[in-house]
Amino acid sequence: MTFGSGAMTNSINEIPDSKVLFIIGSNPTEAHPIIGTKMKQAVARGAKVVAVDPRRTEMADVADVWLRLRPGTDIALINGIMNIILANGWEDKKFIAERTEGFDQLRAQVAKFPPEVVSKITGVPVDQLIEAARIYATAESAQIFYTLGITEHIYGTDNVMILADLSMLTGNVGKENSGVNPLRGQNNVQGACDMGALPDVLPGYQKVTSPTARAKFEAAWDVPIKSESGLMLPDMIEAAFDHEVRAMYIMGEDPVLTDADANHVREALETLDFLVVQNIFLSETAKLADVVLPAGSFAEKDGTFTNTERRVQRVNKAIEPIGQARADWQIICDLATRMGYPFAYASPADVMQEIASLTPQYAGITFERLGRKGLQWPVPDAEHPGTKFLHEGKFARGKGLFMAIEYQVPDEPPDEEYPLLLSTGRRLSHYNISTRYSEALDSYAPEELAELNPEDAERLGIKDGERVKVASRRGALETKVRITDRVLPGMLWMSFHYKESPANVLTNAASDKVTKTYEYKVCGVKVSKVI
Amino acid sequence: MKTLLDPCCDRCTHTPETPCRDYVRCLTEGPICHDDPACKAEKQRLLKEIKPNEENQQIFVCTGTGCASCGAHNIVDSLNEEINHQGLANTVNVVPTGCHGFCEQGPTLIIEPRQILYTLVKPDDVAEIVQKEFVEGERVERLLYVDPLTNQPATTFANANFFAKQTRVVLNNCGFINPEKIEDYIARDGYKGLTNALQKMTPVEVIDEVKKSGLRGRGGAGFPTGLKWSFCRQAIGDKKYIICNADEGDPGAFMDRGVLEGDPHAVIEGMLIGAYAIGADEGYVYCRAEYPLAIKHLEIAIRQAEEVGLLGDNILNSGFNFHLFIRAGAGAFVCGEETALIASIEGKRGMPKVRPPFPAQSGLWGKPTNNNNVETWANVPHILRNGADRYAQFGTEKSKGTKIFALTGKVNNTGLAEVPMGMTLRDIIFDIGGGIQNGKKFKAVQIGGPSGGCLPDEMLDLQVDYDTLTKAGAMVGSGGLVIMDETTCMVDIARFFLNFSQSESCGKCTPCREGTKRMWEILDRITKGEGKEEDLDNLEHLAVVVKETSLCGLGQNAPNPVLSALKYFRPEFEAHIRDKNCPAHVCSALMTYSIDPDKCKKCGLCAKSCPSGCISGDKKTPYQIDVAACIKCGTCADVCKFGAVIRA
Amino acid sequence: MEWITLTIDGRTVTVPKGTTVLEACRMNEIPIPTLCHDPELSSYGSCRLCIVEIEGMRNLPPSCVTQATQGMVVRTQTTKVRDSRKTILELLVANHPLDCMTCQKMGDCDLAKYAYEYRVTGELFKGGERRHLPLDDSNPFILRDANKCILCGKCVRACEEVQGRSVLDFSFRGFHAQVGPAFNLPYSESECVFCGSCVSVCPVGALTEKKMVGQGRPWEVEKVQTTCPFCGTGCNFDLNVKDGKVIGVTSNPEAPVNGKALCVKGRFGMDLIHNSERLTTPLIKKDGEFVEATWDEAMDLVAQKLGEVKQEHGADAISVLSSARCTNEENFLMQKLARAVIGTNNIDHCART
Repeated sequence: MTFGSGAMTNSINEIPDSKVLFIIGSNPTEAHPIIGTKMKQAVARGAKVVAVDPRRTEMADVADVWLRLRPGTDIALINGIMNIILANGWEDKKFIAERTEGFDQLRAQVAKFPPEVVSKITGVPVDQLIEAARIYATAESAQIFYTLGITEHIYGTDNVMILADLSMLTGNVGKENSGVNPLRGQNNVQGACDMGALPDVLPGYQKVTSPTARAKFEAAWDVPIKSESGLMLPDMIEAAFDHEVRAMYIMGEDPVLTDADANHVREALETLDFLVVQNIFLSETAKLADVVLPAGSFAEKDGTFTNTERRVQRVNKAIEPIGQARADWQIICDLATRMGYPFAYASPADVMQEIASLTPQYAGITFERLGRKGLQWPVPDAEHPGTKFLHEGKFARGKGLFMAIEYQVPDEPPDEEYPLLLSTGRRLSHYNISTRYSEALDSYAPEELAELNPEDAERLGIKDGERVKVASRRGALETKVRITDRVLPGMLWMSFHYKESPANVLTNAASDKVTKTYEYKVCGVKVSKVI
Repeated sequence: MKTLLDPCCDRCTHTPETPCRDYVRCLTEGPICHDDPACKAEKQRLLKEIKPNEENQQIFVCTGTGCASCGAHNIVDSLNEEINHQGLANTVNVVPTGCHGFCEQGPTLIIEPRQILYTLVKPDDVAEIVQKEFVEGERVERLLYVDPLTNQPATTFANANFFAKQTRVVLNNCGFINPEKIEDYIARDGYKGLTNALQKMTPVEVIDEVKKSGLRGRGGAGFPTGLKWSFCRQAIGDKKYIICNADEGDPGAFMDRGVLEGDPHAVIEGMLIGAYAIGADEGYVYCRAEYPLAIKHLEIAIRQAEEVGLLGDNILNSGFNFHLFIRAGAGAFVCGEETALIASIEGKRGMPKVRPPFPAQSGLWGKPTNNNNVETWANVPHILRNGADRYAQFGTEKSKGTKIFALTGKVNNTGLAEVPMGMTLRDIIFDIGGGIQNGKKFKAVQIGGPSGGCLPDEMLDLQVDYDTLTKAGAMVGSGGLVIMDETTCMVDIARFFLNFSQSESCGKCTPCREGTKRMWEILDRITKGEGKEEDLDNLEHLAVVVKETSLCGLGQNAPNPVLSALKYFRPEFEAHIRDKNCPAHVCSALMTYSIDPDKCKKCGLCAKSCPSGCISGDKKTPYQIDVAACIKCGTCADVCKFGAVIRA
Repeated sequence: MEWITLTIDGRTVTVPKGTTVLEACRMNEIPIPTLCHDPELSSYGSCRLCIVEIEGMRNLPPSCVTQATQGMVVRTQTTKVRDSRKTILELLVANHPLDCMTCQKMGDCDLAKYAYEYRVTGELFKGGERRHLPLDDSNPFILRDANKCILCGKCVRACEEVQGRSVLDFSFRGFHAQVGPAFNLPYSESECVFCGSCVSVCPVGALTEKKMVGQGRPWEVEKVQTTCPFCGTGCNFDLNVKDGKVIGVTSNPEAPVNGKALCVKGRFGMDLIHNSERLTTPLIKKDGEFVEATWDEAMDLVAQKLGEVKQEHGADAISVLSSARCTNEENFLMQKLARAVIGTNNIDHCART
């Protein structure tokens, strides 16, 4: 947004040569293990690390400075760091003058966050704030990495923008080993966005509201395209609840387990007139469907995934689909044809040809060119070698725009009734919900172990390994606990991998105003021992 | 009470924070900065208190590890008590010192300035010594050392062959100063080499002087020290380290322990000079933890040097900084290899790394690093104090200076001896060492530890220097000399050293880890009478492969004891294999045991001790061994008090 | 770039400065046996199989850690070199179980390959002591047989240098040296996170993928490179396929993002493909129960129902949820289905988890 596009600006293999890693709201050694290993390689080569996380992650352990902030206080923290940078004259004046706009507003906003105030809000000591600012701002190059700890808040967009502010303030963007890097969660979340599986954009982030964009696709597809944006997922759920949406076709997702306030989601889907679910397993969502379509797994089809560093890579068919299952793309083609618009693609390679013709970032991509190494978009033409890092010399939107960001508080902070703060995330040995179907992984990590600080455990009379009931305003579950100082006092941490302890019955469906991302990272809960 | 280290008056401004460039010279010749007869007289008086003379007689009691374990501290206490009792405290001083080197005769003490040497002293002897020496002015004849070669008592220590044939450069202070007092070291010209280097020479000139001296590494390989320093000096790095290798691990070697215990400041001064020459500001002494006394003395010495500003920042106002730390090793022989040693200091498992890069380019924590052993560092102050030419007058053309040897095994005078390079083995073993114990025949000398070789009597006239020994299949090594007599089996000795190398192999490279094991197995088989004709060829072949393909010096030299034994004592191996006979009567499996009925007193001890119950007899009939049931363990022969058990 | 010229086995070859003798040989297709070398790891020089003769150098230097220099004369196949290599292999074989027939690594074992090439007999040191260490069968992923370990140290370096974990190291000395987690605990009790990098570099059968034991021999297995379906890092690996079944995953050294490294999920989680709970037929819910259906029945029903809703309530009464787990092509088709076939922009996916 600030730069004009949403993707990792740098490449994964730049990480080992980084000078400074600023890791915020991200637990790469568990959620993105290979990226985590590259970060550790950087540390072994002398890189400095600033880790920002309320939870003691592995990177927090190796960090030069670990800012253990109170959950949800990221904006105050970054404003405070920028305040310190400006107070010491560590900003990159040349970069600000040549490549950005809006600096004066930023300066005025940041002035409201002197270190002492920020320390009070965040719980981080002033000297740690100064040290973090010094390490990041005075480095020869520095990269910011963030994940869902930043975005899964009601002000997730603001969190992201303020990180962009920080990078531009110090000129740490648009060159090797310098940038702002979201580590995208799922294998092809980057690609699904690139492909326009979003209500407001066509493939390649071309706005549905743009007449020229629509014209291009209308010409290619020979149909009119609606000019208003469609519904985002949380709105779909609400619309289903209100009978405005009557039918849903869900492919490869399990919102009942993965979306916040799961009980509400379940109710909404039950309200639908017709629900089709296409999946490889009979998921919790599929159980609610009128028709279930058996899909092939990734091993049973050809295609491409786009990773977090924008690398488009081949997925190659290794085996025939199990039983009567069919590849998703074949099912979609069949349905389109039956609905009167024949999708006559002989193969995914054919589909890619159409993608390339309509998506500027993918214009030079063919299956043949991807080969064994893939290509990093943008690949504007058939000769282009791909793009290692973005924004060299110029941002996608021209000049980088500083955004003055106001500090906000989470939608549902703990209170007297629900005194603990629940935060959710991923574990190393599982990925979302699908890995539970791996016998090997499931036998290794068979159950949830919610993390609770020893102080709280003692107060609540709970011992390591005991079962507890966790309840929020929306639902309740049972889980085992692990007593550990990895979490702050007053905090409970859970993963969302286990349908036996489905954390999302607890989470709050309040969402970001722009992206509609749920606030998975903060809600109030209460914990009691199961007797 | 005022000591030599205290300022003479208010005009002296030296502190570690405000260092004076003339500090060292001031202590012994000063004051330098002002001319005050009173101050000068005071300094001379304090100096005299340290150096022995007629009014201030001194008893140097060896309290090195060897003598201390024989009760030397009790002797010190008894001496002090007796001297007080006799009211001699003003004229006689008891000084606990490091090793005199004469370990076989310990506890030893030397009375100066009269050079009287008393050996095998017991606390009970103390009253008599004090009475005779300081009251009556006579000798305690029975405690004088009797030379086994001449059978004459030595009237002074310098008269004893053991000392007379030595040239003590590095050991000059050992046994004659209190190693816990820096002023003792300074009074004997300590830190003057450093002063010369800092005040009169550039670092490059220091290196040139060391090059000119011809000093070569005393740790074993004999690499020219000055050249080694110049590599590290020329290496590019924002930080450089120097290391003192005090991980002395050869069986029977204790030269470095002697130096560290007896004269720790010599090592510190050597390192200071080296650090200045190389451009290092931080150093480590890697000392094996089994040397607690060496570590203690070094710790005290470092603290004292820091207190007077000889270690730290801006040493002697020269702008040169140097900080020194001790790291205790956990007793792995391979940590004597410098890359393994560096890994160990870094907190990793002590395993050697391939070179290049050499430590001079990338050593401790990836920085240019120079490593020398204790004895090498301790040579350096002499070179800088007296000049390279004077140092180089000792030794041969290519091996300059002196070398300390540790004499052990079947030699009369076990101990430390320092001799000029080039002395023959015969002179060292027979003159200084006093020949073979119990009048037995010399058989071989193992030189250079597990990496060295066994040399037979026809090699006794070999000059001891780096190149001659290497050519003979042995090496100077760190300086251990294990002397063997005719009762030593060379197959057994080869097996012993191989067992040592195998147990101490780090396990990293295949030939050393697996090869030494299989060599040991072949030797073990031979000592058990299970050797086969082709074993010797296989053994030799394997030894060559291990030597030529191993990663570090441990593996490359581990076959040396075997190869040299095969070279010089092959018939002994063949006797084991072909005749199933151990000529030295050592390999128990190859012996038959019988009881001489004439000597047997029918006590039955042998039968009681026999683990296989194969000895029978009673009070009336002499005992007999059932040869078929005998497991040849040799216990009966060991327990028989009458020599009635015959091994053959 | 600076170039240097040297002679290897009588051939003049030119290589970039900084090249090792081993690399110079391999660039020029001159075979050199190695067990401890791996281009992704630091040079270690421990197996000593890559020794060569170099004029002017004493002993037999290992080519993997010897820099090629201008004018160097190298011989890789002299009798002395081959003979020493053979002796080293005999030493390794003398302390290695010869159960090759039932070993999982058979056909892919570097030790066996070189032992065969160098005509190793196993007779030279027959009867000597061998290790007898317990099998580590403590976890669902990795089988560790320390008796087969040749102490090449690749697993130690992979764990430290690639994964930054340092779970593995050497312990004990001499013949008793071994590799394992601290205190030689079983993997399951160590800090191991089961990334399996150690397995991917093991040249012998000391570390194997437990789930692949007995599932297929290398020559029966087809390897299909693909991209991991879990997180957004985009690791590549090879699916190992035998008789139409995925039997496991092995590293593909060409993988652009991750090289040989993978995490526990990517390397060991692919048994989910053949999980017995996989959906194998379309299902239609009748009276609250799922009933198996043909594709035609199911697809006609879906087309019909969606058509009805569109007709009665308009296209925007239909919402489509695509998937961040599916391919680009499928996501493209899904949004095209929504926009061009159904006629709505109600298309989204879980972009934010």
